[in-house]
Amino acid sequence: MSAYAWMWVAIVAAGVLSWTTKDAGHSVPEAWLENPRVHRIAAFVTVALLSALVAVQTFASGRSLVFDARVAALVVAAVLLWRRAPFIVVVVAAAGVAAGLRALGWG
Amino acid sequence: MALLTLDRTRQQALSVSLATGAYGLSFGALSVAAGLDLWQTCALSLLIFSGGSQFAFVGVIGAGGGAAAAVATSTFLGLRNGFYGVGLAPVLRPMRGWRKAWAAQVTIDESTAVALAQPAEDPPARRAGFWWTGVGVFVAWNAITLLGALLGSSIGDPADWGLDAAAAAAFLALVWPRLAHRRARAVAAASSLLALALTPVAPPGVPVLAAALVAIAAGWGHPRPEEVPE
Repeated sequence: MSAYAWMWVAIVAAGVLSWTTKDAGHSVPEAWLENPRVHRIAAFVTVALLSALVAVQTFASGRSLVFDARVAALVVAAVLLWRRAPFIVVVVAAAGVAAGLRALGWG
Repeated sequence: MALLTLDRTRQQALSVSLATGAYGLSFGALSVAAGLDLWQTCALSLLIFSGGSQFAFVGVIGAGGGAAAAVATSTFLGLRNGFYGVGLAPVLRPMRGWRKAWAAQVTIDESTAVALAQPAEDPPARRAGFWWTGVGVFVAWNAITLLGALLGSSIGDPADWGLDAAAAAAFLALVWPRLAHRRARAVAAASSLLALALTPVAPPGVPVLAAALVAIAAGWGHPRPEEVPE
């Protein structure tokens, strides 16, 4: 098979594996979820994964940790959330702070 | 004017879809630069449909890696999507057939976050958050991937527009309502610190996935019911 055809095989394989991973979560037997411990862990898992995602998206650049415009943007976002600002205001303000600081040549 | 009549959940879904979709522009351009053609680039967005996994796939290929390594890296980075399906079970079940198949395909960071950011006592809002965000990101991500692949390297870096910070701020805003109790805040803090501590030493994907260990530790004992996020 040509390299081009192999690339297609890889793309379809990655797609099938991606869907299978996602579907596995939706296919966990109902009886497992009725176990209080599994139920509690499942509730904490989304908080844990999304918090870790925020941290990595704010501080990671490849495999190093950096302080750049994203950190300032997230501080502004946190203050706005604490002041109960609407979602869209928080998101637009964060983008504005990061874009502004970068236009000024920082981060 | 339709925007003004959308309720809060749909507004969140729409803003998240547009901000996330905009990144499809970089993905499309990077994929073509890595040597994949237009059809392969669009197939990756349609079939994998998980940003981190797709960037990893074309990253491995662009760096001269093999197809098997690209599939393995992409799959590993997508493992967290499997956990989301478990967390969404109380919101989405019962489901079967095509509905379940589609729900699986659009189970990503964004759809999970918007669904669970809605009040626990309002299940229809949670379901609407999941479906509007999942389908909204799917449409925007695939359309803008095509645009990025066509435009190629002539486009700028989304970071110049602050879109990377916007994505992080959106996730912070979505997880915020779930941090009402001390135990949830402790889980968020410990997960963040663990992920950052692992970033320099672990392969991509591991730092975020490792946060599941914090959740297991937090849920293993007997927290009071009000301390468990709904």
